[in-house]
Amino acid sequence: MQPPRRLIDVEIDGAAVRVPEGSTVLDACRTAGKDIPTLCHGDTLTPKNACRVCVVEVEGSRTLAPACSRTAEAGMVVATDTERARHSRKVVLELLASSTDLSTTPRAKEWMADYGADPARFGEEAATVAQPPKVDNDLYVRDYGKCILCYKCVDACGEQWQNSFAISVAGRGFDATISTEFDVALTDSACVYCGNCVEVCPTGALSFKTEFDMRAEGTWDESEQTTTTTICSYCGVGCNLTLHVQDNKIVKVTSPHDNPVTHGNLCIKGRFGYGYV
Amino acid sequence: MDLHFGDAEPTAEERAAVDALLGPPATAWEGGDRTAADLRSAARAEQARDRLLPALHAVNDRVGWISDGALTYICRRLTIPPAEAYGVASFYSLFSLEPRPPRVLHVCTDLACLAKGVREVRDGVPSPCLGLCERAPAALALEAGETPKAVVYGGSTAEDETPHTVERPEPPVEDAVPQAGSPGLVLLGRIGVVDPASLDDYRANGGYQALRRAFELGPVGVIREVTEAGLVGRGGAAFPTGRKWDATARQPDQPHYLVCNADESEPGTFKDRVLMEGDPYALVEAMTIAAYATGCRKGYLYIRGEYPRATRALETAIETARARGLLGPRVLGHDFAFDIELRRGAGAYICGEETAIFNSIEGYRGEPRTKPPFPVEKGLFGKPTVVNNVETLVNVLPILLTGGSDTKLFCVSGSVGRPGVYELPLGTPLRELIDLARPAGTLKAVLLGGAAGSFVTDLDVPLSFEGTRAAGATLGSGVVMVLDEEVDLPAFLVRIAAFFRDESCGQCVPCRVGTVRQEEALHRLGRRRSEADLVLLREVGQTMRDASICGLGQTAWNAVESAIDRLGAFK
Repeated sequence: MQPPRRLIDVEIDGAAVRVPEGSTVLDACRTAGKDIPTLCHGDTLTPKNACRVCVVEVEGSRTLAPACSRTAEAGMVVATDTERARHSRKVVLELLASSTDLSTTPRAKEWMADYGADPARFGEEAATVAQPPKVDNDLYVRDYGKCILCYKCVDACGEQWQNSFAISVAGRGFDATISTEFDVALTDSACVYCGNCVEVCPTGALSFKTEFDMRAEGTWDESEQTTTTTICSYCGVGCNLTLHVQDNKIVKVTSPHDNPVTHGNLCIKGRFGYGYV
Repeated sequence: MDLHFGDAEPTAEERAAVDALLGPPATAWEGGDRTAADLRSAARAEQARDRLLPALHAVNDRVGWISDGALTYICRRLTIPPAEAYGVASFYSLFSLEPRPPRVLHVCTDLACLAKGVREVRDGVPSPCLGLCERAPAALALEAGETPKAVVYGGSTAEDETPHTVERPEPPVEDAVPQAGSPGLVLLGRIGVVDPASLDDYRANGGYQALRRAFELGPVGVIREVTEAGLVGRGGAAFPTGRKWDATARQPDQPHYLVCNADESEPGTFKDRVLMEGDPYALVEAMTIAAYATGCRKGYLYIRGEYPRATRALETAIETARARGLLGPRVLGHDFAFDIELRRGAGAYICGEETAIFNSIEGYRGEPRTKPPFPVEKGLFGKPTVVNNVETLVNVLPILLTGGSDTKLFCVSGSVGRPGVYELPLGTPLRELIDLARPAGTLKAVLLGGAAGSFVTDLDVPLSFEGTRAAGATLGSGVVMVLDEEVDLPAFLVRIAAFFRDESCGQCVPCRVGTVRQEEALHRLGRRRSEADLVLLREVGQTMRDASICGLGQTAWNAVESAIDRLGAFK
């Protein structure tokens, strides 16, 4: 339980909004009913504000501000839908879509249409991060052609959740990638296969091997899937598991992010150990 | 921390290089010999993350590259996850994670050298600006070994086909200062006059009088004088120094840190190099005063890795000052403790950004942090930190002695007969400076402020912070690069774009992808004019300016924009 927090008044697109002190501008925008796109923002992670699709105009600020990480201050005047903010969001979406495969990124298509983003205008020669998927274990696949470098997997693997530190951002600039040391296979790395990186990945660059294989076969169909949340039976912690079932088979396991104990994190057994069911 | 290390072992040489820096390993947990005691208790190394960059340097300097085994050994010694250390090592361009010969020639292909005719690199690796612009075209050879060597080459002409085969002694520092020895110089007054290695020489020429005055004034008095003198930062952002010091001094959180930003990497900038090479004690004294005023006991001097002579000069200066009681537990016998740790960068322009420099010192990737919180509140190691550029700090000495100089250093390069660092009063018309440097050829434009600056054609613009701003330009770090009609403007713009693409840290999308798209569009425009590509440049440029995390992305489009708008590029 959090202690009660003082409320502050913020102005979002002309409307007064009252949010608890310490809230982000994004929290305030959502309270005001504004739908701001986000990619690198994670509900269980400290905002990295790397993707910049959530930028808004804050009065008195020279540049646009990332809504996901800027703390709301009393009296702040925020505009979410100005031409300047929309322009940046449009171009950021174009830059991402022209360099990265966003085909499995939820809502990407919708946002691109909303903002009139046209990634094709950078030409066919535009550099991309396309590369073959890394399939080096039986549990999950790393398809970095879909990676937008949001740092969420690194943070989930590192000090924010798992403390395994198996991956980091390596290289610099456009050539930066998520990598193990010297790019060794996961099986030679510090990975413990908790799958918490898969849980937070916003683009499907990290996915269950089952999902990856079914997509390759063309049999992956989310509309045919049901989800059931249950309690993991392996140990006494009592983590919640959400089983995704298609054709009477478990195809993926996630965990509710609002669980006060685990916040969506699991271990290898809860995440991948469903073969006995 | 329960870390997973691979099986790769360091060679004896790699181990020796790391142990020379960190001392021998205390336990088997840190990669030492296994003893009976190790089997009984799970002793582990203290985490010393901030030693990572020096340790990587130690191996790279000794062997020329960093192997899997060497990296693993460093990680064991410092309790750092190997994946993270790999992420850090691969961030810096001076480190190699692949085998390479011990001797590597870094050939500058950047703006000033490009303007002097560098086209292709035959026997070396292309390098961003080496800060040797007055000697363009320039190169730097780094040779790994037990005593690593660094040799600088400059001023090679077309007849001098293979500059790197002949080792020549470096010319004296004052050769970079055409005004050297002139009476009016304040900041450059000691360059060429004192022996940079001699503390006695420095003291005989007014050295350490400013520090004595500072002790008389007390910290509050020093800040008052700096504020009243109206000193603003010389690194490019022109923030009032007194306000920064005052805000840091007032922070209740302890300890406070001082960081001197000597990671001078803006293409065309070399004034800090000249100051450090020619008058290193001035910087040591100025840092001591800044630390006294803001309540810091420890200062980091972060110098760019491509400055071997400045690094040597400062190593000597810091050691001598320490031995003579000018650094250490009781500076000049006063109840004030202060020491300086010299840190070498490893080839990353972004580490000159005021928060990226903290990450680099702390042993993380040199990625800028989000502001707020600002450094005065949460800076190095999360503590209140004052960050100042070299020239800014050196300005404090005349402020305390004579009330200030009101001069500024300018780095003149390109199509001039006397390139070098010039000291002139703020507000001097650009024409006067260029005339001093003896322009050669028909002038086409002047690039003010470096790659992050902009082109101007009006030579009457006054060289002051306000004057350049009014002209839609910036003084930035004081770059004045003169371009004549011979310059291949499209190629020059592509080089600027390539610089930003290479130096983008990759953290935020507008800069990581935007700098690539900017370069691609400029390549296309160099081949044929296209209205669509010009629109694209403007749209991407505006997004980089509005939505990037730090100044690198925010300024990556400045020069290109001014070339299109003012020079009629691609018309």
